Amino acid sequence: MNETHALYGWLAEFEHAEDLVTAVEAARKQGYRRMEALSPFPVEGLDEALHLRPTRLPWLTLLGALLGAVGGYAMQAYAMQTDLPVNVGGRPLNSWPAWLPITFELGVLSAALFTVLGMLALNGLPRPHHPLFAVPQFKLASRDRFFLCIERLDPSFSVETTREFLQSLRPSGVWPVPQ
Amino acid sequence: MSESTVKAPAAGAEVIEPGHTYATVTDQISAIVLAHQTPKSWWVGFSISLCFLMLFLYSTAYLLVTGIGIWGNNIPVAWAFDIINFVWWIGIGHAGTLISAVLLLFRQTWRTSINRFAEAMTLFAVACAGIYPLIHLGRPWLFYWLVPYPNTMGLWPQFRSPLVWDVFAVSTYATVSLLFWYVGLIPDLATLRDRAKWWPAQMTYGFLAMGWRGSATHWHRYQVAYLLLAGIATPLVVSVHSIVGLDFAASVVPGWHVTLFPPYFVAGAVFSGFAMVMTLSIMVLRMYGLHDFITPTHLSNMAKVMLATGLIVAYGYLMEVFFSWYSGNEYEWALQLNRAFGPYAWSYWMLIACNVLIPQLLWSRRVRHNVVLLFFISIIVNIGMWLERFVIIVVSLHRDFLPSAWGMYTPTFWDYAQFLGSIGLFMTLLFLFLRFLPVISIFELRELVHETSEPHAAGTPS
Repeated sequence: MNETHALYGWLAEFEHAEDLVTAVEAARKQGYRRMEALSPFPVEGLDEALHLRPTRLPWLTLLGALLGAVGGYAMQAYAMQTDLPVNVGGRPLNSWPAWLPITFELGVLSAALFTVLGMLALNGLPRPHHPLFAVPQFKLASRDRFFLCIERLDPSFSVETTREFLQSLRPSGVWPVPQ
Repeated sequence: MSESTVKAPAAGAEVIEPGHTYATVTDQISAIVLAHQTPKSWWVGFSISLCFLMLFLYSTAYLLVTGIGIWGNNIPVAWAFDIINFVWWIGIGHAGTLISAVLLLFRQTWRTSINRFAEAMTLFAVACAGIYPLIHLGRPWLFYWLVPYPNTMGLWPQFRSPLVWDVFAVSTYATVSLLFWYVGLIPDLATLRDRAKWWPAQMTYGFLAMGWRGSATHWHRYQVAYLLLAGIATPLVVSVHSIVGLDFAASVVPGWHVTLFPPYFVAGAVFSGFAMVMTLSIMVLRMYGLHDFITPTHLSNMAKVMLATGLIVAYGYLMEVFFSWYSGNEYEWALQLNRAFGPYAWSYWMLIACNVLIPQLLWSRRVRHNVVLLFFISIIVNIGMWLERFVIIVVSLHRDFLPSAWGMYTPTFWDYAQFLGSIGLFMTLLFLFLRFLPVISIFELRELVHETSEPHAAGTPS
């Protein structure tokens, strides 16, 4: 197996959030697309630099809310009118105002579950292992350093030129990420 | 999080001491969990809490084998301590959600240092609250009858009853609070995973962090999810205590049948919750010396929220009296007289002292900056809010309509044991949380450092 195939990509380390944003912009200009910017907190401007499309997550939340609310209301309407009608002094069986609190609560519950599980699923988590974790320096990505990883699968990737390109961005270090 | 466009307030109102870098905030907070030296005060606090937890387990076990006859509950006062404690605990929980969700939506930077343990407090308070209605059932092993499930009896819960609404409200609240807390923890669990030296700690935090690596795409969805959760939790928190209020208001008991109850219960919940957050922040501040992160600004802001919600609660007390006078209903008016001058008058006047009079001290800037006074006021407010539920439940029930149905209520040893025991459960969980999870959101502190420092200064090692 030659060196190219043993490589997942190159990882460049930066000390400042702003440098990472600049580096991502430069890499985009250079034609790189398959790259990942990693930071210890959400950095303003990275989304724009990476040309990230807004996530579809809010639609999932809405779907969850509707499913929960409609399902909750249907359950109560069926139970109280059809399956177990209880005549309380001749009051109407279709007592919908009394069903609204549970409809609301089930809508909220389902929306929250869809939001959290949807966020994890779209992010591909849980993912216990990732090639980046093999780089010892990467531990600092959850402390105070900012990283840019250009993946080998990028069409413009070349072991030498990509490394040189990353070096030209003046990072505090460039590391190979083993496959 | 979303406060990214907001700069820190002007000097003199710092929400974080100057001079911190990403590295120092990360190291200082994660060291609380990962460093080997656990402070002596932690051991003392944990041991005392554990004793009370044992009392809780003992009184619960005795209750299960004997029955609820061990309590002072009777007819007319059937709800008694259980529902007092339930409402008290669930109310305390509300501040956690308020701090994490509502202050996030209002972009208040000062929430960062206190939201994590306020959320933990919510979870543990809801856990304590949830126990009471269950053990009050008399046959708690049949608790699942409260949940709609296909059963051979062909029965459904009565969905028109506020007590059934409560089951859904509280269980939704517990689940959403847990999700909110856990989502907030994920990036910090990754930090702990990367900084732990001992392999079982690496494995545990690694498992819980689910492979979080801080990718920009992940952060993007994460922030959207967090904002959505905050948006969902805000109406939820209002609904939960409103429904608790409706448990009372939907009945015909004098003193309960008031339209004021839902909003007044929500204000009371926030009032008591902030008092508990205040008590706990002062405790954490002293135990771990977190003066750089929990600053006088935090305590003073919390005191202001307490003062505001306390005034709403005081307005509620005033309106209760006015409503019953203005209604011209003799039972309602008799109840007010009974509250103020009846056999339980001491509880009403103590409540007024604790919740209305003493919090007025918070108007003074000197009081709001005096940690010792704030600590005592917060405890007094918690006592006052417990008394409020005592007044609402015991005093309303013990003399309702016909004098032949009147009675008196005296709590027994087991009532007190169960109550003090639940405080033990709460504190034990809280001490374990302090020991094993980051007490302050580390990544949000890093963000705060980024926003409040000069460009390029934050990353430089100190």
